[in-house]
Amino acid sequence: MNVNQQPHMASPYGQPQSGYQGYQQTGYGNQHVPGGYPTPYAPYNGPASTYQPGPPQGYSPYASFSSKALATNLVSDLSSPSPLDLGMRGPPTSGPPPVSGTQAYSQFGQGDTQNGPPPMAALPSVSQQYTHGTMQLSGPQSSFNQPFGAPPTSMQQMTNQMSGMQIGSTVPSPAGPGYAPPTVSQASASAAYTPSAPSSFAPSSAVHSQPLPPDSVAQTAPQPFYGAPPTPPQPFPGAAPPFSAAGPAQPPAPPLGSQQSFSQAHPPSQPQFTSAPPPVSTASYGGPPPTTQASHPRAPPLTSQPSTFSGGPPPTSSPSQYPQPMPQQPPVSQPNPFHSGPPQPTTAAGFPPQGGPPLRVPHPGVQGPPMTSQGPPTSQTNHVAPPQPGMLPGPPPVNMAGPPAQPSMQGYPPQQNGAFGQVRGPQPGYVGQYPGQQSYVAQPPAQAPAPAPKRLDPDSIPSPQASDIPPVQKTRHRIDPDAIPSPIQVIEDDKLNKGNEPFVTGVRGQVPPLVTTKFQVKDQGNASPRFIRCTAYNMPCTSDMAKQSQVPLAAVIKPLATLPLDENGPYIVDHGESGPIRCNRCKAYMCPYMQFIEGGRRFQCGFCSCVTEVPPHYFQHLDHTGKRVDCYDRPELSMGSYEFLATVDYCKNNKIPQPPAFIFLIDVSYNAVKNGMVAIVCQELKTLLDYLPRENPNVASNIRVGFVTYNKVLHFYNVKASLAQPQMMVVSDVADMFVPLLDGFLVNVAESRVVIESLLDQIPDMFADTRETETVFGPVIQAGLEALKAADCAGKLFVFHSSLPIAEAPGKLKNREDKKLVGTDKEKSLFQAQVSFYSNLAKECVAQGCCVDLFLFPNQYVDVATLGVVPTSTGGSIYKYTYFQGQADQERFLNDLRKDVQKQMGFDAVMRVRTSTGIRPTDFFGSFYMSNTTDVELAGLDCDKTVTVEFKHDDKLSEETGALMQCAVLYTSCSGQRRLRVHNMAVNCCTQLADLYRNCETDTIINYFAKYAYRGVLNNPTKNVRDSLINQCAQILACYRKNCASPSSAGQLILPECMKLLPVYLNCVLKSDILHPGADISLDDRAYLRQLVSAMDVAESHAFFYPRLLPVHKLNVEGNALPVAVRDSEERLSKGGVYLLETGLNLFLWVGANAQQELLQNIFGAPAFSQIDPNMTSLPILDNPYSKRLREIIESFRAQRSRYMKLMVVKQEDKLELIFKHFLVEDKNNSGGASYVDFLCHMHKEIRQLLS
Amino acid sequence: MTTFPEFIQQNEDRDGVRFSWNVWPSSRLEATRMVVPVASLFTPLKERPDLPPIQYEPVLCSRATCRAVLNPLCQVDYRAKLWACNFCYQRNQFPSTYAGISEVNQPAELLPQFSTIEYVVQRGHQMPLNFLYVVDTCMEDEDLQALKESLQMSLSLLPPTALVGLITFGRMVQVHELGCEGISKSYVFRGTKDLSAKQLQEMLGLTKPTAAQAGRGQQQQQQPALPSNRFLQPVQKIDMNLTDLLGELQRDPWPVTQGKRSLRSLGVAMSIAVGLLECTFPNTGARIMTFIGGPATQGPGMVVGDELKTPIRSWHDIEKDNAKFMKKATKHYEALAGRAAANGHIIDIYACALDQTGLAEMKCCTNHTGGYMVMADSFNTSLFKQTFQRVFTKDVQGAFKMAFAGTLEIKTSREIKISGAIGPCVSLNAKGPSVSENEIGTGGTCQWKICGLDPNTTLAVYFEVVNQHNAPIPQGGRGAVQYVTQYQHSSGQRRIRVTTVARNWADAQTQIQNIAASFDQEAAAILMARLAVHRAESEEGPDVLRWLDRQLIRLFMFHLRRSPFLQVFNNSPDESSYYRHHFMRQDLTQSLIMIQPILYAYSFNGPPEPVLLDSSSILPDRILLMDTFFQILIYHGETVAQWRKAGYQDMPEYENFRHLLQAPVDDAQEILHTRFPMPRYIDTEHGGSQARFLLSKVNPSQTHNNMYAWGQESGAPILTDDVSLQVFMDHLKKLAVSSAA
Repeated sequence: MNVNQQPHMASPYGQPQSGYQGYQQTGYGNQHVPGGYPTPYAPYNGPASTYQPGPPQGYSPYASFSSKALATNLVSDLSSPSPLDLGMRGPPTSGPPPVSGTQAYSQFGQGDTQNGPPPMAALPSVSQQYTHGTMQLSGPQSSFNQPFGAPPTSMQQMTNQMSGMQIGSTVPSPAGPGYAPPTVSQASASAAYTPSAPSSFAPSSAVHSQPLPPDSVAQTAPQPFYGAPPTPPQPFPGAAPPFSAAGPAQPPAPPLGSQQSFSQAHPPSQPQFTSAPPPVSTASYGGPPPTTQASHPRAPPLTSQPSTFSGGPPPTSSPSQYPQPMPQQPPVSQPNPFHSGPPQPTTAAGFPPQGGPPLRVPHPGVQGPPMTSQGPPTSQTNHVAPPQPGMLPGPPPVNMAGPPAQPSMQGYPPQQNGAFGQVRGPQPGYVGQYPGQQSYVAQPPAQAPAPAPKRLDPDSIPSPQASDIPPVQKTRHRIDPDAIPSPIQVIEDDKLNKGNEPFVTGVRGQVPPLVTTKFQVKDQGNASPRFIRCTAYNMPCTSDMAKQSQVPLAAVIKPLATLPLDENGPYIVDHGESGPIRCNRCKAYMCPYMQFIEGGRRFQCGFCSCVTEVPPHYFQHLDHTGKRVDCYDRPELSMGSYEFLATVDYCKNNKIPQPPAFIFLIDVSYNAVKNGMVAIVCQELKTLLDYLPRENPNVASNIRVGFVTYNKVLHFYNVKASLAQPQMMVVSDVADMFVPLLDGFLVNVAESRVVIESLLDQIPDMFADTRETETVFGPVIQAGLEALKAADCAGKLFVFHSSLPIAEAPGKLKNREDKKLVGTDKEKSLFQAQVSFYSNLAKECVAQGCCVDLFLFPNQYVDVATLGVVPTSTGGSIYKYTYFQGQADQERFLNDLRKDVQKQMGFDAVMRVRTSTGIRPTDFFGSFYMSNTTDVELAGLDCDKTVTVEFKHDDKLSEETGALMQCAVLYTSCSGQRRLRVHNMAVNCCTQLADLYRNCETDTIINYFAKYAYRGVLNNPTKNVRDSLINQCAQILACYRKNCASPSSAGQLILPECMKLLPVYLNCVLKSDILHPGADISLDDRAYLRQLVSAMDVAESHAFFYPRLLPVHKLNVEGNALPVAVRDSEERLSKGGVYLLETGLNLFLWVGANAQQELLQNIFGAPAFSQIDPNMTSLPILDNPYSKRLREIIESFRAQRSRYMKLMVVKQEDKLELIFKHFLVEDKNNSGGASYVDFLCHMHKEIRQLLS
Repeated sequence: MTTFPEFIQQNEDRDGVRFSWNVWPSSRLEATRMVVPVASLFTPLKERPDLPPIQYEPVLCSRATCRAVLNPLCQVDYRAKLWACNFCYQRNQFPSTYAGISEVNQPAELLPQFSTIEYVVQRGHQMPLNFLYVVDTCMEDEDLQALKESLQMSLSLLPPTALVGLITFGRMVQVHELGCEGISKSYVFRGTKDLSAKQLQEMLGLTKPTAAQAGRGQQQQQQPALPSNRFLQPVQKIDMNLTDLLGELQRDPWPVTQGKRSLRSLGVAMSIAVGLLECTFPNTGARIMTFIGGPATQGPGMVVGDELKTPIRSWHDIEKDNAKFMKKATKHYEALAGRAAANGHIIDIYACALDQTGLAEMKCCTNHTGGYMVMADSFNTSLFKQTFQRVFTKDVQGAFKMAFAGTLEIKTSREIKISGAIGPCVSLNAKGPSVSENEIGTGGTCQWKICGLDPNTTLAVYFEVVNQHNAPIPQGGRGAVQYVTQYQHSSGQRRIRVTTVARNWADAQTQIQNIAASFDQEAAAILMARLAVHRAESEEGPDVLRWLDRQLIRLFMFHLRRSPFLQVFNNSPDESSYYRHHFMRQDLTQSLIMIQPILYAYSFNGPPEPVLLDSSSILPDRILLMDTFFQILIYHGETVAQWRKAGYQDMPEYENFRHLLQAPVDDAQEILHTRFPMPRYIDTEHGGSQARFLLSKVNPSQTHNNMYAWGQESGAPILTDDVSLQVFMDHLKKLAVSSAA
């Protein structure tokens, strides 16, 4: 909610009432603006409370702040600018700021740096700083207040910023309160947050309002309320004073006022914000954003990393804050309360949020000069950022910094620091400095020692950054990692804001909660986000806009997704013998978008506008609104997702399909027998066969099963019920595969149980002494295919395979593993199939509805790229267990197998996506086959398979009707029933780019990007793929900056709220093993992951690219809540902690060397760190609440993923830690992948290039 | 001196040889004028229970091109311990083991009564017998059940050491691995793809062991381990297993849609059977016993498509060149036959179906390998069951009456050369001085491979007198022929049977009476008939008839002309092949029956008497018993039939009638018990539909055309347009005297 709102806010802010918005937002958030608003405050409170909770958390974790800060800096237009600026400035600043600023920075830097030590060092300083910060913050806050005071305008600005910042704002709002209370610094932060919060809220309202402002009464109304009444005043008042104090703010104020107008607002706002808020925020944000961030970051770190921080003052506060904030805030709604201190009041603001960003500034500010100067400095920073405009304020603030830094950096430094380091200084110099920015990255190294030095160091250090950023720069300054947008913060905010009430799909164009948020969906006309997620919920009306923005328009569709127990699956609709009612022209299925006319005798298609007669048996009268009277009785008229029973016309050959069959094909060559796979599979199948998928749990599954074993030849088994013993039929003519038997091969499990069990008992014995090492593969699939053909049914093959198929047979492969090709233009060939045999085979499989699941147990190269062709073309899955060892890997394999066998799936499916005129699906990603450009053919489609569809304009869309899409999947259910599942989705259309940017979903965009890029490596050098990804991303952000963000210094990095995580996630994609392989990753693994990702849904791709890192030592044994995750960076790890890392494929339990003995005892039953067995794959079952809870969590994680995650215990300093560190994606990795900070700088540079 | 008939009979009894002429014209010119060539019907394994087993090896002439075996016709110098070869006149030293030889101490082979003698070779180890069952599963359940029972029964008839294997086929071909515990295994091949022996070897995993053996070195050679593999196992070991396996055999499970024939991969199944034995037991006696319930409908060797609307080819189609699969199929089976023969393996075909099964295409498989061809309507008939059982008959010594992997080599005196042989044999392409350039039948060689032999197997061997007219043979000179038959006895021993015969030369100009008197009409008839049938196989029908018409052998030729061996009208190609197959391998007596069925009449008028095979023999008060070799038919005349219907035989006072009815039945049973293959037994009566079998055989002396026959008391008119013997004779006479002939 907040998020959305926030985004909205942004725009709204611009125009409207920053302050109001904020309030409204709250109200909106709640929502209901109308109702709530009346009593503005009340509503606020309400909202606040709601928000607060969210915020608090968010806030509490400094992360939120940091995020905000970062956001602000990076993300938020306004705030972001500053950060960026910082970055720019960085270099210069470093010099000057050194002292105070530096330290602060250093801290940040340290943080960024990750260096363990540095942080520590930083901490102390930090703490001080923090204190300062707090102090300052208060100061800043006051300043903020001032801004507020400055007012509404400021508010607006804030909002604007917010909007820009969104993240920051969002975060803030919730956090604000919470945070505020906590640490002083927090306070500042909180202040910032609070503001942000409000702003965020406002946003929501804003959103509405924005557009509406003029139009919609509601918003206006709200605004008024807000504006007039409560918030503005309060915040402002409070703020005002401070601000006034801040002085610097004032200058901004004016601008603000002017800014109020949206247009103005934006541009000015930013500057202003920077300037104005800056002052305020500045103070707090400091180089505002930076500072604030800095502060926040620090704070966050503290919070996040209690341990480390704990040392500092913050800890106390922070902790307390956290808890408190959460609850309190709500009530507090008004920042003030929270802040207790001034800050909160500040909250007021929206500003605070700014402050948030500014927070960083604070740091800088904090650092030395900060406090007093802060205000100014911040402002300066802000200004700095915007050098030009802010000037005024800037300068003044600069003064702040200026005094010290001015010349060089201080002013900047703070900002930059906050944001990126010495941004400010740079600002002026930005450009030049940018290069330096990179140095930011470098900084880390620097970090270690003295803060100041750190910067320097960074500089000195060659760009550690990845090769990615070659040009680099040796930025000297590091950017505070806490100051850049934090995924954790965003996730937590979203949980707070959207996780509490059901997501109702009735309204077109709503952005659903993030995948990481647990929420309930109510289908009221659009498909649940569990089925369809879009990259943009507000599509550009024209292709020009789309091109300009470069935002991919795509939908990630998971047609058979499993729904939570509390949500109803799609209803089944039977339209009788004539089949589903469809549009005459485009053949779209009856859906809520069909408009009934002429009294219900005809309907007009929402997709193509064609008018079709309503068949008599379907006729129904319309009510006065033009709706059919039976509208709510018919799922197809009122729901987003439903299923039709298909008639015989929809069946292959016009024949009702046979029930599908499962065929198990087991490799019994030497390797497979030796590693225990054969025995395990056979043993497991005996029980697993009782759990074949069925639709009615009370009826036995009518799926038939068949068994084949193979090495160089194939062995089919006749397991007919009437036989006393199974019969084996060997087919050695692998060159020309066929199925030797019909009757008795595919059998009903219940009928043939005895024979099957006898068979499964005997298989391991029969081949126990085999010496055959060669295997075939192509003929194996052919065999399954032929069997299905012979039985005239669809089905699924489970192939358990161990080695490269080198035996003489079709599809024979040779070992072509050649790591020397990696990084060359020929690298792509490694992803391509070695022979074309398999793609032809896949085609045949699809035609028959033969889905292939491949379980690999290789102990050397098996050429997954080639073997995977059939599975990935038939909607199957690949599972890979390298160096499989029966004992150790059994659990993972068996769980995967169980899940794979049991999961609901459809067979012989065809999916077609229809869209309203104006756009059309142009590209599809996933595991399937396409024989033409429109039909996605899936031999099998299970509940985990996802298809990403990209849309392109072929005409204009209209804002009125929005864009509609209908995804229809025709499939055979596991009981053999032919069905059509239909998902409908409507999104808005916009003529303003800002609307587009406000309604995007970054996770989905990343999902699309990843799939796009992973397919790209098939045909392009990997480097080109990476570059084009970076380029597109830069264009997206640059477009935003150019068209939607308020004008500001080119040195500022301004990110849309919805996309503030785009850089970090994109970096994860770029660093992934596919696009940026390390030396230790095998070609098989890369091919495997590549194919895996191509069918991932958003939730899985999210975890895959940004793993979840949970500090389990903070586990609350009492409740159900999980500890808040921490960011994927080594510096976030506490030596005394224990962390659980989840990637969607693996689970790691990282144990710090200094972990408490009690903790270890509870988890491992081991008295000391050294006695933990690093080879354990499951935790011992201990009878203590902690152990229980931890195991519960692990189980729940596993339950969420389609594949079983094996648990690895990683001890700090252990050799396994290398693997673990690979998943700390915000850090640099061994193979040269950029750290988050570095990448952000690089991205900023790209954007700037585009802008210039 | 005995009469020629006695002499002939004696010779046949002792040596299994009958010559067309028992005194030979002494020059090529004269021989050519005789029309009927000097030729012999030779039954290599003529049952001779009285032959002593000779436990040593034959003594051979030392001349490399001769290598004739020491025989009673050789001149022996007892003092010098030398013997002169009567074929090449080479003088040979007796081996040291013959040191004690003297006039009074002669080895058996020198005794005149042992013109046929059998040596048992002691060298080498005994080879097991191989029986590979190739079973069609595309048949009705009843048939399959009967077949399974027959097969199971046969296991008990096999010697315990014999190796058996099982291949089943339908749409697919399955080679069953025997003797595995628990799960029964089989290797499956698709029926549409032929495999070379090498491919098959690889696919069956038969290469590995040999490789392994090679690795293990010579140990293997020292232990003469019984060569066996997973697919061919000793009966004693897998008796139960195989019985179960057979019991579980199911009909081919592949669905057969309406209007289609089942897909039957006969061609590939046989190919695999041949290939399997080829790579496991080359040159070892083995029988591939193929049981088929219908024609091959897919893959190599298919003889008809699976569309029921397209009938299987008929003679009409063949003549019109409309049998599109025939050539290819024939080629396929010929290749198989060649491979099997080269390795000494026998292919038997037991075809039980109401329609044709493609015997016409497959005939070479049996004809070239000495295998049996059995045709019946169903596996569930006693015809098949008993025939099959009779395959395993044993002689008094308890050995199978079958021999394996035989070769026949013929040596001749210089004045006579070998033109060729006709019978279940293939040429070994052994050129030699005694090989004539003039080929008759399978010629150009003096050695033939006869993979399957039984006591009745008879070859027709044609000779050519090459002595020039101006090189007279001294008075009293004799021409000699030596038949050397090596074969694997069913006990696993290698045996060599040597038959040496001699006939006098005579100058046709001076001793024509002698020569004429020595003419063996029966033998000559059969020899000519074989030649005719052989030609019929390879040439157009009418040509053969015309050729035959020029040879004058009266009555007999009349029946031959009408017989199914030459006359394809009213016979399917399969039937023709079947009849010819048997005609080409049976001995003289049986062959005669085939051409001119025997007809016995039973009546109250006297004891059973042979009667003319003429429609005039069909009288109301007679019971006729006809033996055509393939059929045993009992025909009740009109009156007798009425009596029987009235049930007189059950009345005590008409016991004599009961005896009369019983007499032919008893006689028929006697024939049935000895005949192989089991004849079709038909019991019919006047007006019965099956009476047609009789009516088609008898000479239609009375038909609806010769009016004068009407109303006559004797005989029954035959409704046919065929000419009667009378007309035929008239015509022949005309031809014989006309110069145009």
